[in-house]
Amino acid sequence: MRIRCPFCGERDVHEFTYLGDANGTRPDPSVADAAEQFHDYVYLRDNPAGPHREYWYHGAGCHGWLVVERDTRTHEIRSVAFAHEEAAQ
Amino acid sequence: MKYSIFSLAANALTGHKGWKPAWRDASPREAYDVVIVGGGGHGLATAYYLAKEHGITNVAVLEKGWIGSGNVGRNTTIIRSNYLLPGNIPFYELSMKLWEGLEQDLNYNAMVSQRGVLNLFHSDAQRDAFARRGNAMRLHGVDAELLDRDAVRKMLPFLNFDDARFPIQGGLLQPRGGTVRHDAVAWGYARGASDRGVDIVQNCEVTGFRIENGRAVAVETTRGTIRARKIALAVAGNSSRVAAMAGLRLPIESHVLQAFVSEGLKPLLPGVVTFGAGHFYISQSDKGGLVFGGDIDGYNSYAQRGNLPTVEDVCEGGMALMPMIGRVRLLRSWGGIMDMSMDGSPIIDRTPVDGLYLNAGWCYGGFKATPASGWCFAHLIARDVPHPAGAAFRLDRFATGHLIDEKGQGAQPNLH
Repeated sequence: MRIRCPFCGERDVHEFTYLGDANGTRPDPSVADAAEQFHDYVYLRDNPAGPHREYWYHGAGCHGWLVVERDTRTHEIRSVAFAHEEAAQ
Repeated sequence: MKYSIFSLAANALTGHKGWKPAWRDASPREAYDVVIVGGGGHGLATAYYLAKEHGITNVAVLEKGWIGSGNVGRNTTIIRSNYLLPGNIPFYELSMKLWEGLEQDLNYNAMVSQRGVLNLFHSDAQRDAFARRGNAMRLHGVDAELLDRDAVRKMLPFLNFDDARFPIQGGLLQPRGGTVRHDAVAWGYARGASDRGVDIVQNCEVTGFRIENGRAVAVETTRGTIRARKIALAVAGNSSRVAAMAGLRLPIESHVLQAFVSEGLKPLLPGVVTFGAGHFYISQSDKGGLVFGGDIDGYNSYAQRGNLPTVEDVCEGGMALMPMIGRVRLLRSWGGIMDMSMDGSPIIDRTPVDGLYLNAGWCYGGFKATPASGWCFAHLIARDVPHPAGAAFRLDRFATGHLIDEKGQGAQPNLH
């Protein structure tokens, strides 16, 4: 598996560290059911068989956090973007 | 047919033409008391103990492929009960005791071989941690021996004791640990369940659940709708996908774990050995192949095959531990899909859907747990009360804070 880092170019997966699902949004701690929302945010996953948006960290390269869309059935990578750019959209 | 020296002799004298299939390949009926989804080790063991221990025989086991085609035939066959935490030790020790009586119970040769599991340590700090683990095991009545360097050297003289970074200082030995022929576990449980009336239905994939008034009443399958009073999921690797059909979201990620076997060699390794400075475990099968593995690849996957960086990592571990392995040729490698849970421990529990039971989240530890998993799951399904040995494996423990995190990693499944 190789990931095309937007800054460094295509690199071996060895250079990256995996964090996991990139779809979660950190809940607002001030809402009434914050404890329940944090449980879902921290512990539950969609875990799909198919396209999956996920965070990777390019620790042996540019130190950038990436959002990668990858098919969990084939490991095919469909898109790669910087996480901060995704968040800004 | 009961297998014995007499049945073997009688069949030998008649040209081995008298053997019958070990279990019945059934077609699904319209309704059952219990439908178990998943014809792997855990599902088949559950069916067997439901029939044998609880007298519930109107049971079907549904398997999307052929029985034993998933993780029960893809693991590295190791059994052990060398755990640390209170929720885990009694469960895995129950499993070990069931392994010890399994072949007599099933009248089936599963090649249970208690050849010992040795976890090596490489520093003073790791020795202290292993001593603590050994003490916890002994307090629960599990066998454990702390070996010093000389004792390990006597047992395994060929290891790389003086590695510059990771010298071997000793090891924690569980003599009752060992290996079991994994396919035979699936076949033996299938035979025992089938003999007691359980229908084993292959090529029958579950495509949905029928839920009425909050209660699961039927499964939709590729071979038609099957009604059931109780539906039990034992589909580790695909638990999230199947549970999603019932509207559930689980504390699980699916990850690929690779395993490897070398060409056959003369007897070399007496038992199971694990490297303490990396993740590498190895044993030798009765056919002579070195069977080994290491870490999961570390990213969500349903692919049943991994990538080369993990192969390299596993082989580096092997080279650091026993450099002679570099002269051995690799015969095969393969991958299985693990239910990696958020605390590294499994789930055996009811679900928020009435009549739907869940057995999931086995991480790396599914094979060794097979008998106790079936035992406890059958108890839960039959009586609607958790078995004491599996009572800690609750689905709601992540909300209540009663996590069983053996490695202390938190909700990061690829680190368990």
